[in-house]
Amino acid sequence: MNEKSHLSSQFDEDLSSLRSHVLQMGGLVETQISTAIEAYSKGEVSAVKLIVETDRKVNALEKAIDDDCAHLIAKRQPAASDLRLVFGISKIVTDLERAGDEAKKIAKGVRRIYEAGQMPSQYGIGIRHIAEAALTMLRQALDAFARLDSGEAMRVIQADAEVDTEFKSIMRQLITHMMEDPRTITTSMDIIWIARAIERIGDHAKNVAEHVVFIVEGRDIRHPGKEQAE
Amino acid sequence: MQIHDNPTLKAEARNLNFFYGEAKALKNINMPIYDKKVTALIGPSGCGKSTYLRSFNRMHDLYPGNRYEGEIRFFPDNTNLLAAEVDPIEVRMRIGMVFQKPNPFPKSIFENVAYGLRVRGENNKRVLDDKVEHALKGAAIWDEVKDRLADLASNLSGGQQQRLCIARALATDPELLLFDEPTSALDPIATGAIEELIHELKKRVTILIVTHNMQQAARVSDYTAYMFLGEMVEFGKTDEIFIKPKDKRTEDYITGRMG
Repeated sequence: MNEKSHLSSQFDEDLSSLRSHVLQMGGLVETQISTAIEAYSKGEVSAVKLIVETDRKVNALEKAIDDDCAHLIAKRQPAASDLRLVFGISKIVTDLERAGDEAKKIAKGVRRIYEAGQMPSQYGIGIRHIAEAALTMLRQALDAFARLDSGEAMRVIQADAEVDTEFKSIMRQLITHMMEDPRTITTSMDIIWIARAIERIGDHAKNVAEHVVFIVEGRDIRHPGKEQAE
Repeated sequence: MQIHDNPTLKAEARNLNFFYGEAKALKNINMPIYDKKVTALIGPSGCGKSTYLRSFNRMHDLYPGNRYEGEIRFFPDNTNLLAAEVDPIEVRMRIGMVFQKPNPFPKSIFENVAYGLRVRGENNKRVLDDKVEHALKGAAIWDEVKDRLADLASNLSGGQQQRLCIARALATDPELLLFDEPTSALDPIATGAIEELIHELKKRVTILIVTHNMQQAARVSDYTAYMFLGEMVEFGKTDEIFIKPKDKRTEDYITGRMG
């Protein structure tokens, strides 16, 4: 990545404000997710409202950043690393916004479970574990973006397989549980939706990391299997 | 988008050096020019891109003290354009040039385009009519001038004059067209017309274009070469150069980080 300044200092300022807005948005999404996990573990239904409110801010930031990207392209016609940065940012914010939506889904699932008077204690540990893993992925992906470190981005991408495996394991456990005791189906289904949302957060973190690799190296590493087939 | 076809060579610079007297303006340039493709030369002022362009039709021969080293091979006949025994006039029959400012002759529209043919000894009225019409159509200006071919070329607008100059260059059926910043004196509409024309022209002729407008290079060319201080820093597919240049100096230039 290029550390040298542009001839136009305004261009440098525009790019750096774009980057800091992305990190600000990422920070909000991280908070949404960690709050949702806390709410799940501790049964804090009141936190749901907070997560939904944060989501509004995240959505507004997504729109603002996309708008800034469009203006920057129109005004500056960025090329090479600048173009990759702007293009990558526009994709990163989409994934961040969706990760935020998943946090909202978790929060709503938590509310349904606790308001029905059910306690997901037995499976709480598995969920908490996968959630921590997905959140770490997102944190590292944002860190890789902040430092434009494609090595760290690659580690995030590799970590996604573990989250996927863990998700499948939780699914198996819950299916067994539901078969053993059909009265738990409603709650188990809610927990499955929560696990699914967490697994999706991992996918979004992986996407962010892939965009970081594109920004830094200009390589599009998405869908490797498909490319080999071509 | 990838360029899938395997292009054939139209010309190739091999270890090309050029001297204005003692000053070395081109330093060991090696570069292919592919047939029926547009190749853009970009770089800051004084980097040698115009010097390089002008070597192709031996423009430098006009001034004493200028000296070439190395070769520019021209295909399919594998002629070295710079060889002393090659007649510059012959070279210019095969390689047309369009300059920064439109430079029509102080003659009628028709005679401007017919000029190169007349120089070649063509005087048959019907042949001239046909070829002039064909060239004017090729330069996308026929509809605008067909009813006033006898008018002075200088009465045309700047953009029209530039297209007339392209028609003049096309009339002798050149194999390679050299454009030296062909739109820098034109407004955006006329520029758009020329760029559209370049896109059409490459179906029949190879184009080498010098431009200061990087977006123009990105829009019109298949290949781009970045030159700096007389050196060819990077040559590659335009799609790659503008997304992921290999050389840091190219990156700095096209992202506007040249200080």
